[in-house]
Order: sequence, then structure tokens, then C-alpha cells
Amino acid sequence: MRPRPWRRALPWLLLAAALALPWVAGALDQDYYIGFMRRVLIFAIAAASLNFILGYGGMVSLGHAAFFGAGAYTVGVLMAEGITSAWLAWPVAAIVAGAAAFLIGAVSLRTRGVYFIMITLAFAQMVYYVAVGLKRYGGEDGLNLPQRSMFGLGIDLGHDITFYYVVLALLIGVIALMDRIIASRFGHVLIGIRENESRMEAIGYPTYGYKLAAFSLAGALAGLAGALFANHNLFVSPATLHWTQSATLVVMVIVGGIGYRWAGLLGAVALLVLEEALAALTEFWHLPLGLLLLAVVFLAPRGLAGGLGPEPRQ
Amino acid sequence: MTLLAVRGLTKRFGGLTATDHLDFGVDAGELHAVIGPNGAGKTTLIAQLAGVLQPDAGTILLDGENITSLSAHERVRRGLARSYQVTNVFPRFSALENVALAVQARDGSSFRFWRPVASERHIAEAALALLDRVGIRSRAAVAAGRLAHGEQRQLEVALALATNPRLLLLDEPMAGMGDESDRMVRLIESLKGSVTIVLVEHDMDAVFRLADRVSVLVTGRVLATGAPAEIRANADVRRAYLGEESSV
Amino acid sequence: MTSTLVLEQLLNGIQFGLMLFLIAAGLTLVFGIMDVLNLAHGSLYMIGAYLASSVALATGSFWIALPVAILGAGLVGLVLEVALMRRLYQRDHLAQVLATFAVILIADDLVKLVWGPAPRMLAAPDALAGPIEIFPGFLYPAYRLLIIGVGLALALALYLLIAKTRTGMLVRAGSSNREMAAIMGVRVDRLFAIVFVLGAMLAAVAGVLLGPLLAVEIGMGENILILALVVIVIGGIGSIRGALVGALLVGVVDTAGRAFLPDLLSQFLSNAAAAQLGPAIASIAIYVLMAAVLFYRPQGLFPARA
Repeated sequence: MRPRPWRRALPWLLLAAALALPWVAGALDQDYYIGFMRRVLIFAIAAASLNFILGYGGMVSLGHAAFFGAGAYTVGVLMAEGITSAWLAWPVAAIVAGAAAFLIGAVSLRTRGVYFIMITLAFAQMVYYVAVGLKRYGGEDGLNLPQRSMFGLGIDLGHDITFYYVVLALLIGVIALMDRIIASRFGHVLIGIRENESRMEAIGYPTYGYKLAAFSLAGALAGLAGALFANHNLFVSPATLHWTQSATLVVMVIVGGIGYRWAGLLGAVALLVLEEALAALTEFWHLPLGLLLLAVVFLAPRGLAGGLGPEPRQ
Repeated sequence: MTLLAVRGLTKRFGGLTATDHLDFGVDAGELHAVIGPNGAGKTTLIAQLAGVLQPDAGTILLDGENITSLSAHERVRRGLARSYQVTNVFPRFSALENVALAVQARDGSSFRFWRPVASERHIAEAALALLDRVGIRSRAAVAAGRLAHGEQRQLEVALALATNPRLLLLDEPMAGMGDESDRMVRLIESLKGSVTIVLVEHDMDAVFRLADRVSVLVTGRVLATGAPAEIRANADVRRAYLGEESSV
Repeated sequence: MTSTLVLEQLLNGIQFGLMLFLIAAGLTLVFGIMDVLNLAHGSLYMIGAYLASSVALATGSFWIALPVAILGAGLVGLVLEVALMRRLYQRDHLAQVLATFAVILIADDLVKLVWGPAPRMLAAPDALAGPIEIFPGFLYPAYRLLIIGVGLALALALYLLIAKTRTGMLVRAGSSNREMAAIMGVRVDRLFAIVFVLGAMLAAVAGVLLGPLLAVEIGMGENILILALVVIVIGGIGSIRGALVGALLVGVVDTAGRAFLPDLLSQFLSNAAAAQLGPAIASIAIYVLMAAVLFYRPQGLFPARA
């Protein structure tokens, strides 16, 4: 099931727009939007990583923000301890997040259905409380970062536009990586598990191991996005880890189109642009947003892509 | 030589004993049919053999190895495969993709992340050969959910065969096939000898045409085991089927 | 760590646990019977508290506010069930997550519109403002005793309803096997609505009773929802008994953990370390408990479904 022609063009148009944005924004003296779009792209990476397990693997995880936040905090903590190199901090952030995902996944993936959803949510909230408990690193109030990660190679992340393009490059890299994995043996197994887990077991696949691997990988990628987020805000706080953030990521994936390559990008753009637009109109922007989400549920259940999505229960 | 040995298998659901200290044996290379009235426990037996249901007591030995506590996928690794009474395939995948997944399972590790599966021609070729074997090669590109019912039943068998089993559990392969069931009978007949088969079926004509031995299951126990002719003549068996639609 | 302190914290834990039970009971029934993930359940709890705060302010009486809030929340629950939840029973869990999350957003802003963003006051009834001497030397707040009393009474009532009445039997049947119940001619529509509204009203009771103790503010629903979910995971989906046991466990572990862990830790670590780690570990204690239960019983302690 592939999305219709104009929808297939949409993500490329968005990418082109993303590429051109810093020039256009600079020309129109609207530098704010560079930062805004950068935030969108960072969430696009996080949402794409969730799409990997949710869209392709069928695992409805309501705790993904935990890994996003774990990555952010790793960068923050390392920086507070004097480690500023991106080449060290960012991979470590991904590894920490991946390890957290491995531990949480190891327990959670023993369950199915509603249980799984609730358990991922609960564990993520646990990580939230761990963050709140880190008094040394700001606790509830959060932690400021004195500077962005040092990249070297003549690339200064302190320069907003440079950082923007680094983020964009990473987004494209992540999507390309996920594409590659989906086409591989592992990816096919993952999709098979989504389609019919019991049959996968019956033809010889130890599905638990595959799900755990996918869950950990997705966590690691979310951690990378988190590292970028910490750099973007120059601030980390437990709010990033609250379960409502996890729900927001799920919403992005659904709106973008579950199991669709560009779900992360489309969903992040749609949701965050919508939020921005609504917030400019009214203080009470949660209300129309909620109504629009309800509209998506009932009118466009396959999301913007109109592509793959779980079928309604019989 | 005994390939499958089941001893004292017991499974209870609350107050209901579905499998009652069941003893059952299957010789290598034979086609062993399991018949019985509704509620006799055939489905529960298959589920326990396949590893989907854990018995409360008893042992299952596959070629001398105790597989009672092994999970479903571990049993597949040891050469046990099953097909489902209610078609349980991957409806959105093509017939070819369905079987290719099963072939891939048997073809080394799938913890490979980089090389596209499409480049592994031997998987697609093996899958195509299996589709040919069961008679639906021409429908390889059709989504499994769109196949005709009979073709889906054939796909079921293909999926089970793809794992290269020593023991094949066929759970009512002819279910819902009516007039078309002859195709399935011929397919199973062609499999005889190359793989040991346990065939659960209601279709008595097919059973007596195919089976080397027949076991009759009644209220969770094996009432009688023997060659088809013996079973047909067995007085206890006739009594057990009294009131049933199928004539023995 | 005196014995009166221990007893006091134990009672606090039971009190909190009983309130969690009220919230979890409705939620677990909805999960168990309708197989619906309702993230907006916390919003019903919130609405109960907000309605009570307004009525109490207007009438000066807590005792009038309580029933009005319960009925009000029940009404909101009915509207929600008919307008939305009904259409979600056939949908997959993702759609339910999205839709009920949307309800949270809408509810939060509606509350903000009507009542404003600032937290609200809900005062305990004057008559119960003071402590009661339960036995010589042991004083305990009267209001908290009320909560325990109401909690126990409702738990008993719920047990009687589920175990002894026809509706309860239908609920149990539906909980263990929905398809069977529908096939057997149970008026599924009506049963679902009743269960949902009942759950809403119980959540409202908890919201009103906890209002004077915790903050009445936007977002209170989201916070308590997590705890209710932990309760259900521990207790087992669809099981009222499981919800009660789970809720008491969570309530006691959480309360006692926060009260005693820092002290306990200072026996082994320096005071500074204990002060730092204590609260952090205490706040994740219930999640560790949940993980432990799950390790041995992935379906919870008393799963209703086979």
C-alpha cells in the first residue's frame, strides 16, 4: 500500500523547503524560524525512531520520551562534568538511551497489547522521576548547558545555521539507515512480527529477541535526537521525559502515517506547525488541537500519508 | 522407529479436562491421522504438540528428545511444523513473501541489518519452488488475503513445509474446501514418505485414503489406534461416533 | 522511627491506596470488558475535583459539593461514552490512545477556560478539620479517617455489586470473555455505558476526597493516571480484587517509601547522600515493585482473563 502521488511528493517538497529555509528565513529577517524548524527536525528524528518500532514493528510504546530524555540528559550531565566533545557525548547519549531501552524492553516485551502500552508508559514515568531526583543536575528545575557540543572539523554548532544543517543531515541519515534496515532480513522479520506474531513464532522466529533488538535500536536513535535537543535548547529538564511527551511522539507518528518512511518528518512538521499556528491565535490552543486529533482518528486514520497502518479490529 | 512419543499428556481448563493422560505415538515416515468427535480435544492436542499450550502433565518426545518445555519456535528449529485450522497467514504480504519469510527463518541468522533481502535470490527461488510444490505458483504475487479460500489452505501447507520439517502437524487442512478438497488430498498424498505427518481431519474419505494409521480421540484420550480398516470395523469407535454426522 | 509514626504512615498509605482503588477500579473494568485504553480517565477525576471546588465555594458546604460533583462527573462520563468511547471499541489501541489523548487536551483547556489556570482551593469539611484520638497517644486526622471509611465502604459496595448482583455477573462474564457475553445476548451497549459511568463517578469521588490533600489543578489527572495504571498492571486487567490489592500495595509502598526510605538509607549512607537518593528512590519504588511483579507474573496478580 503506497500513498497516492501527491502525497509521495510531499516529503520531498518538505525536504527541499527544509534545505532552503535558513536562506529564506535569513533573507526575510525571520531567524526565529530557523530555530523553530530545527526543533521540528529534531522531533522528526525522535518520531522516526518511534515509527521504527511502532509503525514497522507494531509495538505501541508510550514511553519513548524516556529514551529521548535519557539522551538529552547524558549530554547535559557530561557537559556539566566538563566533557564537551560531540564525538564522545552524542554516541554515549545514544548508547545510554539504547541501554535504557534494552532494560525497559526486556521486561516490557514479555507482555502484549494493553499491558505493554501501560508498562512502557509506567517505566518511562519512572525514568522521569529518576531525572527529577538528580538534584546535582538540576532536579525538577532542569539543567542549563553553558555551550553546545564541540564538533571540531571547523564546524561550530554555536552558529545556529550550521547546527541546523547538522541536524538536517542527521535526520536524512537516520531515515536512510532505517530504510536500509527495513529492507534487510531483520526489517522483514520485524514487519512480519507486526503482521502476525504468532505465525512468526510458528515458523521458527524467536520474536522476543527481534523485538528487543528493534526496541533498543529505536531507543538509541531517540537518544541521539535527545542529544541534539539538549544542544538546541542549551537546557535539559524532566519535562522532556513526562509521559505526555511520549504520547505526543505517538501522535506525530500516527498523523504522519504509521509504517511510512516519512512519518516522522510529516508528523513532526504537522503537529508542531499546527501548535505554533494555533498558539498564535489563542491561549487555549490545546482545545482545537485535540479536536483536530479526533478528526484524524475518525476521518484520516491512516494519517497524512494514507499509507500503511494497523487495520481496524474485526 | 518412533519419531513422536507422547506420554500421559494432560491439560485442564478449570473444571474441564481437555487432554486426559493421553498416550500417542507416531512412527517416522508414516501419515498418522487423528480423528474424533467435536470436543474430543484434537485442537488442544495440536496446540500442545506445537508448543503454543503448555501441558499440565506428561511428556512429548521428538526423536527421543524431550521437547515438552520448549517454546514454539524452538520446536520449529528441531523440525516440527504446523499448519492452522483457521488460516493464519500474513494477509497483506504476497503469497511469495509469506513463504519467503518462512524460508528465511531456516536459512541462517536474520539478525542482519544491512543487505537487502531482495538481493538474496536463493530465498525467493526456494519460496517459488514451494509455491509450485503446493500448486499455487501462478498466484505468487497475489496478496495472501486476496487468495481464494482453497489457495489459502494450500499456502498454509507451504508455510509449514518451508521450515523443512521432519514432523508436519496438519490441522484440518481441508477445512472449508468442500468440492476442492481433492486438490489438497493429492497434495498431502505427494508429501507422504518424505515427511512424517500428523493429520487432524473431519473429512473421513480423505482420512481413509491417506492414512497409514488412525488414532481416534475421544474426551481427551486415545480410544483406539490402528490401520484404517481396523478402525472402521472397531465397535468402540462406531459407538463413539454414534450421533455424529460423519459415517465411519 | 516510632511506632506511632509507622502506624500513621501505614494509615496514610491505606488511605491513598483506597483512593487509587476508586480510580483504578473504573479503569480496569473498562480495560477488561471493553478492551479500551482510556487515557482520559484522569480527566474525570479532575472534573470531579473542579466541580466540587466550585460548588463548595458557592454553597460553603463540602457535603453538597460531593454528590453534585459525582453526578456531574457521571454525566460527563455518559456524554463521553456515547459521543466518543462507543466508536472506539472496534478500533485498535493506537486509535484509542490518540483519541483519549485528544480528550485530555480538550478537557485540560476546557477546565482552563472555565476555571482559569491557577490551582483551586477545596477545603475539607470544618467538622473534620481536627485530629481524632484513635487510641490513647495516637492522633490521626479525622478527614483522612473519613477517606478510609468511604474507601472501604465503596470497595465493599463494589464487591457486592460485582459478586452478588445480576449486573455484576454480567460484568464478570464480559470481563473474562467479551465475545461470549455478546453472543449470550447481554445488552452490551447498556452494560458498557453503565460500567463507564460508574467508573467516572468513582474517579470523581476520589478527586473530591483527595482535593483538600493534593492540589486541584490542571494536569492532576495525568499524574494520577500513571499511578492507576501501575495499580492495574500489578493487580491484573479486569480484576476488581486485583485493583484493590494493587492499589493498597502501591499506596502503602509509595507513602511508606517516601516517609521512611531517606531515614533507612541514612543508616547505610551519609546523611547527605541519603537526603539526595532517598526521595529519588522512594519515588521510583512503586515502579520497581511493578517490575518485580511483572517479572514473576506478566499478567498481574489476579488477571481476570485467561
